Amino acid sequence: MTANSLISLAADLVSGKIRVIDLTQTLSPEFPPIVLPPEFGQCLPFRIEEVSRYDERGPAWYWNNFSCGEHTGTHFDAPIHWVSGRDLPNNATDTVPVQHLIGAACVIDCSAEARADPDFLLTADHVRRWEAIHGRIPARAWVLMRTDWSKRSDPVAYQNYDETGQHTPGPATDVVRFLIDERNIAGFGSEAIGTDAGQGYHLKPPYPCHYYMHGSGRYGLQCLTNLDLLPPTGAVVFCAPLKIKNGSGSPIRALALVPG
Amino acid sequence: MIPPLVRPKPKNPILRTRLPLLPPWARSRAALGLTAAAALGRFELQVCADCGTVQYPPREACHRCLSGTLRWREQAGIGELISTTTVYHSQDSFFRERVPWHLGLVRLDAGPTLVAHLHGGCAPAPSRVRIGARLDKSGQGVLLAFPLGEVPHMADDRQLREMTCDPKFRKVLVTDGKTQVGQAVVRALIAAGADWVWVGHAEPWKKFAGFAELEALPQVTLLPLDLTDSGSVKQLAGEIGGKVDILINTAEVHRAHGIASRSGVEVARAEMDVNYFGLLRLAQEFGPVMRARGADGPSSATAWVNLLSIYALSNYPPHGTFSASKAAAFSLSQCLRAEMRPGGVRVINVFPGPIDDEWNQLLPPPKLTPEALAKALVKALRDGVEDVYPGDVAQEWLTRWQESPKTLEREVSL
Repeated sequence: MTANSLISLAADLVSGKIRVIDLTQTLSPEFPPIVLPPEFGQCLPFRIEEVSRYDERGPAWYWNNFSCGEHTGTHFDAPIHWVSGRDLPNNATDTVPVQHLIGAACVIDCSAEARADPDFLLTADHVRRWEAIHGRIPARAWVLMRTDWSKRSDPVAYQNYDETGQHTPGPATDVVRFLIDERNIAGFGSEAIGTDAGQGYHLKPPYPCHYYMHGSGRYGLQCLTNLDLLPPTGAVVFCAPLKIKNGSGSPIRALALVPG
Repeated sequence: MIPPLVRPKPKNPILRTRLPLLPPWARSRAALGLTAAAALGRFELQVCADCGTVQYPPREACHRCLSGTLRWREQAGIGELISTTTVYHSQDSFFRERVPWHLGLVRLDAGPTLVAHLHGGCAPAPSRVRIGARLDKSGQGVLLAFPLGEVPHMADDRQLREMTCDPKFRKVLVTDGKTQVGQAVVRALIAAGADWVWVGHAEPWKKFAGFAELEALPQVTLLPLDLTDSGSVKQLAGEIGGKVDILINTAEVHRAHGIASRSGVEVARAEMDVNYFGLLRLAQEFGPVMRARGADGPSSATAWVNLLSIYALSNYPPHGTFSASKAAAFSLSQCLRAEMRPGGVRVINVFPGPIDDEWNQLLPPPKLTPEALAKALVKALRDGVEDVYPGDVAQEWLTRWQESPKTLEREVSL
């Protein structure tokens, strides 16, 4: 199985029978970062400074220095990110088992609901209805919540703030418990700026996806894009973070393999 | 009679831009005392501590008793205009482009007789006038004879305008319109007759109070500008840099922390990134083009204003990292001033005490209102001064700092 299936995978990639989908937003200074109250510490947005560009600073070469927070752009959340996962083993970017970072993707289409209601919360019932059509979510799968939120290319619309804060879709508390306790998933991914909804602070507990996923050693993916190009089942997602020592997360180049 | 300033016609964009020239700038070390006072908007002369003689021009010793103990003292400047001269031909490159130029001989009531630039509102000699000190395009102190009282269109005098940075009919960039100070500055500029005001705002997804009111002002154009992003600054300089006559940098990050009250460096870094590196990014992108437009007709590039803090002079430990970032910005502004001087563009530093905003919530009054700060800033442009210390707290700190920096350091650390 293993040797032959990998050889045929490589051949299928060359022939186009398997295609690679980029699930990553471009890292740029314009891409908005998560916003916290100003008295808290802040996640640095992506910034880039030119070191040289075939000029007096370096005549034959072009390169930049960039800076950003661990939770900038399309990124990975490790369990240590949240207080609930602080004491788990292998909970940081350098110690998470790499076996967990490649897995089956289950894509739950909530785009119509999110279009109708920016505060849409995905529930366990919704997932059960999805399973009735597409089958049971396998263990260690990545559940990706498709909302088409990534199509909001204007940062103001993407952030979607009003006087009561941010309004972006995310999971309800019950679906988080369901996916962990009854489906044993690897992690949860979203298109908006957090795995939790914009108003997730007001759920019980606050930010349930962060609290429970990381508290049980699961991972989060945020700011994904192109989920509309994935089938509901049958894709494989690659989402390895940079190997930052004791890191809480990392920008990633998220990729998915799909049948051609 | 001073002809009122009329709105300049739009510049023909295919004509060559006149290069900036400077009036004679060489001064003796003694004479720089006049510049130092003029930078604060004061007219000071040397007064002999031994015999009381007021003297001009500045010298190393008293011309009457040869005492070397000379003190710079503020002068009322009242005197008699004895005679006037109009220069029609000059060998000096700067004045060749600006003749006819009016000069007057004035005998001060305090003693000395001096030659001064002549404001067009002065009555023919003999008449009573008031001497004021101004900075000229080279940044050096010069003397100007004014009429005793107000005359119509006083600020519009052609010779005076070579020494001031009046925002009337000018195009201004205010780098951050999200703060109360930024919005007060925008309003004050419009009240002063500014033609266009570009207003920067970072992180456009964060709504801010006053946005709609700002956007509704016909002179205002809101533009994205984030001083932490070199690309953003470069982009805006490319779009409007060639038209900015006055740049006012109101962007700042202010958190109330010393060293021990906040672990880590991220807050201090954020302050430094906007307050210091933000100024550096702006200066690199907007500085060269503004410097090149220092003599670009009646609405040339004329001034660059930095919102600093009185804490730039001496660290205020409860706001210690903020103070340090403003001290860094102050130091950089001196470099910017040196680099802008060849273009005749004035760099004005505003050193307010605590402003009445959310980050000074815990400080007791007196605190400077954003409106008072904006008023002082516009007055500085009109008067052409270089250093502004608005409000009682700033004035008191300045006096104490001038008397003894070490004493002030001890006083504020108790």
